[in-house]
Amino acid sequence: MTQVDIPVESPVRPVQHLDKNFINHSKGFLSWALTLDHKRIGLMYLVGISLSFFLGGLFALAIRLELFSPGMQFMDAATYNQVFTLHGAVMVFLFIIPGIPAALGNVVLPLMLGAKDVAFPRLNLCSYYLWLSGAAFFIWTLFSNGLDTGWTFYTPYSTSYTDTSVIQATAGVFMLGFSSIFTGLNFLVTIHKMRPPGMTWHKLPLFLWGMYGTAIMQLLATPVLGITLLLLIMETTLGIGIFDPQKGGDPVLYQHFFWFYSHPAVYIMILPAMAVVSEIIAAFSRKHIFGYRMIAYSSVSIALLSFLVWGHHMFVSSESTLATLIFSAITFTIAIPSAIKVFNWLATLYKGSVQLDTPMLYALGFMWLFTIGGLTGLFLAVLSTDVVLHDTYFVVAHFHYVMVGGTLFAFLGGLHYWWPKMTGKMYSETSGRIAAVTAFIGFNLAFFPQFIMGSRGMPRRYADYTADFELYHRLSTTGTLILGVGLALLAYTLLRSLFGGKKAPANPWGSATIEWECPSPPPHHNFDHPPLATDPYDMERVEWDEEVQGYVPAVGHRPTAH
Amino acid sequence: MSDAHGHGDKPFLAHHFEDEDHQFDSGKLGIWAFLVTEILFFSGLFCAYVIYRAMHPEVFTFASNALDTQMGAINTGVLIFSSLTAAWAVRNAQLGQKTGLIVNLSITILCAFGFMGIKYLEYSHKFHLGLFPGDKYEAKEGAYGDESKGNANTVAFTSPEEEESAEETEPGVAFSRGDTAEAELAEQEAHGDDGHGHEELAPWNDPNVPEATKRKLKIFFGIYFCMTGLHGIHVLIGILVLGWLLTRAIRGHFTPTYYGPIDFAALYWHLVDLIWIYLFPLLYLIN
Repeated sequence: MTQVDIPVESPVRPVQHLDKNFINHSKGFLSWALTLDHKRIGLMYLVGISLSFFLGGLFALAIRLELFSPGMQFMDAATYNQVFTLHGAVMVFLFIIPGIPAALGNVVLPLMLGAKDVAFPRLNLCSYYLWLSGAAFFIWTLFSNGLDTGWTFYTPYSTSYTDTSVIQATAGVFMLGFSSIFTGLNFLVTIHKMRPPGMTWHKLPLFLWGMYGTAIMQLLATPVLGITLLLLIMETTLGIGIFDPQKGGDPVLYQHFFWFYSHPAVYIMILPAMAVVSEIIAAFSRKHIFGYRMIAYSSVSIALLSFLVWGHHMFVSSESTLATLIFSAITFTIAIPSAIKVFNWLATLYKGSVQLDTPMLYALGFMWLFTIGGLTGLFLAVLSTDVVLHDTYFVVAHFHYVMVGGTLFAFLGGLHYWWPKMTGKMYSETSGRIAAVTAFIGFNLAFFPQFIMGSRGMPRRYADYTADFELYHRLSTTGTLILGVGLALLAYTLLRSLFGGKKAPANPWGSATIEWECPSPPPHHNFDHPPLATDPYDMERVEWDEEVQGYVPAVGHRPTAH
Repeated sequence: MSDAHGHGDKPFLAHHFEDEDHQFDSGKLGIWAFLVTEILFFSGLFCAYVIYRAMHPEVFTFASNALDTQMGAINTGVLIFSSLTAAWAVRNAQLGQKTGLIVNLSITILCAFGFMGIKYLEYSHKFHLGLFPGDKYEAKEGAYGDESKGNANTVAFTSPEEEESAEETEPGVAFSRGDTAEAELAEQEAHGDDGHGHEELAPWNDPNVPEATKRKLKIFFGIYFCMTGLHGIHVLIGILVLGWLLTRAIRGHFTPTYYGPIDFAALYWHLVDLIWIYLFPLLYLIN
C-alpha cells in the first residue's frame, strides 16, 4: 500500500479538534430538519430510537411488574395483551431493526470509508422521515385503540376479530419497512462505490462487511413484509379473504409471508451487532482481528442462509413433515457461521492485551449472552424439543438473549465506542463500567429464570400463572429492575458527558480504522482528501500520545498532510 | 437546503462524488437494487396468485371470463410502446437531443395516462357489475360474460339442460368440466331452478348456491384488484417521476454527461411494463 514516510524529526500530529464541526457548523431547526449530512441524520436517528427504546422499556417494566405475583395486579388481561404487544412491536420495529444500522451505521459507515457522505443523501433523509412517520403511526395506535395481536399480527385474529388499531400499526410498520429498505440500499451502494483508494474488499473493516450483509437482507426481505402488510390491510378493510379461512383463504400463508421477512429480520437485528463487536474486540485486544476472512464471509453466509429457515417458526402450524425436516436442518447450519464468529473473537482475545473499557465490557457481555442465546436456539431447531418448548418462556428467554443480550449490548457497546467520535466528548469510564456490569447482571437475572420456567411449562403471553412459577417470575422481575437501574446509569453517564465531559481526542481507543483519523467530532465534510486505506486491524500503526491523551499514527505511518 | 451539495461548474454533481461517472455508476447500482426490491415486493402477490390458482384452478379459469381481454391487450400494447419511447428518451438524453427527449418523455407520459384511462374504464365496468374486491362483492347478472357480445369466452348461466348443449357448442368453457366445486354448483343451480325458479339469476348471486363456492370467486377478484391496483399505483408514481423529469428536460438540465435520472426512470418504467406483461396473461388469458 502507498504509505508516505515522513522524516522522524518533523512529525505531523493529526488535528484532534476543530472549531467548526458537523454539530455547530450551521444552526437552527431547519439546518437539522433538512440536513443531508449523514452524521446529523444519524444523530437524529439516535435520539428517535433511544426514545423508542425508552417507551418499549416502560412496557417491559409494566409486564414484569404485573407478573411479579400470581393473579392480576394492576391491569386486566386485555390490557396485558396490549402491553406485551406494544412492547414487542415498538422494540422490534422502532428500536432493534433500525438501531445499529440507522443510528450508528449512518454516522460511522461513510467515515469508515473516508467518504464525504452516503451515496444518496436525500434518500437517507427520506429514510429518516419514513422512520419518523412510522413512529408517529405507532403513537397514533397507542392513543387510539392500542394493539393486542402480538407483534406478529397473525391472521385471522388481526383481520377479523380484534377491535384494536391494526391498520394504523401495520401502516406504520410498512413505512418503517421502506425506511429500512432505503437505508440498506444506500449502504449497499455506498460500500460498493465509495470505498477509498486502497480499500479492496479484503481490506474492508468488518463492521462494513456486517452492514453489507445486513443491507442485502434489508433489500430482499423487507419488501415481502411490505406486501404482506398491504394484503393484511386490504384484508382488514375490504375483506379480500386471502388470509381468512372463513372466506376461503389460508392463515398459514400469512405466517409464511410474515416469517419470510421476519426471520431474515432476526439477522437484520443481529448481524450489525456482530459487526460492531468485531470492531470492539479487535480494538480493545490491541491485536489484529483473528480470522478476518472467515468473519467477513460468515456475515454474508448468515445473510444468505437467513432466507432459507423461515419455516422453523411454523413447526407446529401444520407444516408437512418433509418441510419441517428441511427447515430444521438448515436452521442447524446457521450455527456454523455464528460459531465461526464467536471462535474468531475468542482467538482475537487470546494473548491480546485486553483493555476492559466500557465498550469492551459490552462486547464481552455480548459474547456470553449471544452464545447462550444461540445454543438455546438449537433446542428450538430440534423438532422434537420444539414441540414441547414452542410458545413457552423458553422461547421468550431465547430470543431475549439474542436480541437484548446480543443486539442491545452490542448497540450499547458501539454507542460507547463511537460516542467520542459522534459527540467529541469522553464519558466517565468508571460510571460507564458500573452501568455495563449492572446491566449484565440484571439481564441475566431477568432472563435466565425464564429458561427454567419455560422448560417447566410456563406458556408465553399469559397474563397470569400458577403459584409454582412465582419464584422464577419474581427473580425475573427483580432482574428487570436491576437492568433498568443499569440503563438509567448509562443514560446519565452519556448525557452528563455532553455537558461536563472532557474533549475527546481523534482516536481515544487506538483503533486503526479510518473513522478515527478525522477529528472528533468530524467536520461537515469529514475528510478534505480521501484517506489512503491500509489494513484496518494493523494496530501497530497507531501509538499512544501523552499530549493529546489519545492515539496518533505511529512515526513512519504519518501522512504528509491531513 | 442547508448543505451545499454541488460543484461550482457542474450544478448536478453532488459534492460527495468524484466525477459524473462516479455519480452515474452509483445511481445505476442504486436503481437496480431498488428494482430487485420492487420485484420482491410484487413477489408476495405472485406467490399468493400461484397458491390460490393451485388450490382453486376452476375459479381462476371461470372468473377470468369477467376480464376484458381486448382492453387488457390494448393496455399491453400501450405499455410496450411507452417502454420504447422511454428507451428512446434515454438515447436522446445521451446524445443531448433536447427536443427529442421532451417529445419522447411526453409520449411516454401520455401512454401512461392512456393506460390509466383504460384501467379506469375496466375498473368502473367491474364495479358496475358488482365485482368488488372483498366483502362488497355482489356479482350481478352477466358479470362473467355477455352472450350478446359473442365473446368466445362467454359463459352463460343456464339451466342444466341448456348447459349440456352449451357445452357442446362451447368446448372452451373450462368451468363445466365436472370437478367437485362445479358439480356442487350445478347441483345447487338445479335446486334453485326447482325451488324458486330463479332462472335468470347468476349462480354467484343465487341464495341457494353455498357460500363456500361463492366466496372462492371473491378471492380471485381480491387478487386481481390487488395485483392490478398495485401495478396501477406504480404507473401513477411513474407519471409523477416522468413528469418531473419532463420539467427538468424543458429547463435543459440533461446533458450527455448528466442523464442519469432519465436512465434510472426509464429502467423503473421498463420494470412496470414488465410486471404488466406478466399480469396480463396470468389474469386475462387463462382460458
